[in-house]
Amino acid sequence: MMKAYIRSASAISAQNTFGSQVFLTDVVESQTTRLKTIEPDYKEFIDPKLIRRMSHVIKMGVAAAMDCLNKAGVDQPDAIITGTAFGIMEDTVTFLTRIVEMQEEMLPPTAFIQSTHNTVAAQIALMLKCHNYNNTFVHKGISFESALLDGLMLLNEEEGSNILVGGIDEMIDTSFTVLTRLGLYKRRPVSNLDLFKERSKGTIGGEGAAFFVLSDKPGTDSLAHLSGLKTFYDPDITLDVTGAINNFLAENNLTIADIDLVLTGKNGDIKNDEPYEKLKSGLFTNTPYANYKHLSGEYPTSSSFALWLAANIIKNQDVPAVLLDGEATVKSPQKILVYNRYQNKYHSLMLVSAC
Amino acid sequence: MSEPVYIAGLGVISAIGNNVQEHLAAFKNETAGMGEITHFESVHRGVLPVAEVKMTNHQLAEKAGMPLDASRTALLSLLAAREAMDDAAIPNLDKWRVGFVSANTVGGMDRSEDFFVEFLKDSSKGKLKNVYDHECGSMTELVATQLGITDFMTTLSTACSSSANAIFYGARLIKNGVLDVVVAGGADALTKFTLNGFNTLMILDKEFCKPFDQNREGLNLGEGTGYVVLVSDRVKASLTKEPYCRLSGYQNSNDAYHQTASSPDGTGSYMAMQGALKRAGLQPGDIDYINLHGTGTPNNDSAEGTAIKRLFDPHYPPMSSTKSFTGHTLGASGAIEAVCSALAVKHHIIYPNLRFQTQMEELPFSPETHYLENQDINHVMSNSFGFGGNCTSLIFSKV
Repeated sequence: MMKAYIRSASAISAQNTFGSQVFLTDVVESQTTRLKTIEPDYKEFIDPKLIRRMSHVIKMGVAAAMDCLNKAGVDQPDAIITGTAFGIMEDTVTFLTRIVEMQEEMLPPTAFIQSTHNTVAAQIALMLKCHNYNNTFVHKGISFESALLDGLMLLNEEEGSNILVGGIDEMIDTSFTVLTRLGLYKRRPVSNLDLFKERSKGTIGGEGAAFFVLSDKPGTDSLAHLSGLKTFYDPDITLDVTGAINNFLAENNLTIADIDLVLTGKNGDIKNDEPYEKLKSGLFTNTPYANYKHLSGEYPTSSSFALWLAANIIKNQDVPAVLLDGEATVKSPQKILVYNRYQNKYHSLMLVSAC
Repeated sequence: MSEPVYIAGLGVISAIGNNVQEHLAAFKNETAGMGEITHFESVHRGVLPVAEVKMTNHQLAEKAGMPLDASRTALLSLLAAREAMDDAAIPNLDKWRVGFVSANTVGGMDRSEDFFVEFLKDSSKGKLKNVYDHECGSMTELVATQLGITDFMTTLSTACSSSANAIFYGARLIKNGVLDVVVAGGADALTKFTLNGFNTLMILDKEFCKPFDQNREGLNLGEGTGYVVLVSDRVKASLTKEPYCRLSGYQNSNDAYHQTASSPDGTGSYMAMQGALKRAGLQPGDIDYINLHGTGTPNNDSAEGTAIKRLFDPHYPPMSSTKSFTGHTLGASGAIEAVCSALAVKHHIIYPNLRFQTQMEELPFSPETHYLENQDINHVMSNSFGFGGNCTSLIFSKV
């Protein structure tokens, strides 16, 4: 079983999660179908000359990565690994638009140059002059988990002791329009804080960047321990994952009774949330239950935001009330199980424990 | 971590053939795959040569048993992955933990381009089916489902080193005890997006490319797909035939110099090659053939050549760029060239570097220009370098 200590974590999200804000003390409520990230002052992290050329996802990815490395006191990570399902969508759409509008003639290269999915990982390496291992995973709802697994394997292989891993996705107008046509989002604005009360079709869109420094050793101020990770694919929307979750816990010598909190990927879409509701009244019936997508919105690498939350809950020994679904209180959270079921196909389980 | 990983099956499609046998024949006959654009409309038709797979979408879909409106990338991917699995013919595959690790650079872009023309005029228009599978991960998911490998799948995208990294990651999944069998590789169909993208960088040769030639003027874009079936020691013991080779070395390093250009001294390339040798426990003199990244751009070949000089001087193994046959197939190139490298080990062959005339001034060596048989080949190095400074070298060794 591969494990890692989470030495530092940084998230740019639709909440006040970046910088010196005390953990989830100033929750943002919006009446919307789409949550946008709160923009930090990028100049603190990136040379202003570079900022001008960078599209939003690159800026937010690089800034979250730099902040995360600063927090861990790591100048040169032994690896830089990102997960992004959508990649650099804004530059991709810019270049596609110009191909059509300018009929393939006299196109400027910048948008194309920056459109490759590995751009964020590459820009981090470039800014750090870091020649070490550099990889990018682009597999839908498990893009971030694939990157995490790569990081865990590198630690297991003793290839390094500080691995930078991040999940990044942006939601641009074009993708939001297309995904709305595909029926992913609610037709009318809702309060994100009432997302689970609506009981209607569709979720709310989201975006974000969350980075982590994973280490084989517990630093003096490690946030938490990532002690288990599992993903699987099953397109059966009615799939009961009780057995799979029990097996995952058993592999970690645990049962559900050992879990102090489950943090799940309920997203407010009535159909999507059915399996979560079944678990809530089944396997998780005696387990304090929390959600996160009302704070981040739905996006393929939102599980990176969930891991950021879980690590901070453990570190702060506090479960902010805004996360909780139900009446339970959690006094001293030691073990958190994160379960995300992306578009009812990609299942991901993460076990986050106190160090 | 010292457990060996073997290559038990191969599958490939490129402009020079629709399977492994056709590739071997094309190399022997020195037949390049470049020609005019035929599969899509473009103002560059007749101006920029490309290396297209010689099958229409209709033919590919029929052969693959997939819908006609599937992305060409998924169609290519399925056919080559299937060839690799059939070739490996692993007995009782069900009893092993099997994964599919694939790579591409632009997902279902060939279909998204069609969608986008209508969508730009009116955002309520454009067939949603054409954009539904835009994401890179969709290609992998579609193919994995057809192959029946859904226990484990993922997708990598590191520009032109993507599928070399997929093979590398696949091998590590086996070494870390996560899986027993991994079908690993990648696919990329030619698209207007990439053709125009590379054209804006002014690195496309209007003639057939001339890798490692003093007078090289750029690359030719190609398309294709390649897969290898990686197996553990235990799986290898159950095989009815010898594997092609071992994947003995690999290294992923970053040039950290520029988003698209390589550093003049090829720092990333040097570190990738050196690291792969170290991991394989080999010296530069042990390498019997290098399958070059060799795109044919002034920048790449100069940087790669300089790195090779630094690492190998004064004893240079034979080397060549098979992109002189297949063009640069982007996310597929690392895997296609891994297939070529495995075949070089298995069949004791070295491929010619086509159209080479003049040695590069800054280099004391030149690529091999003849198809060579009966070579004593124990170790082959394959280089794949990409945008974002992503440099990966793989080493394939005789079993």
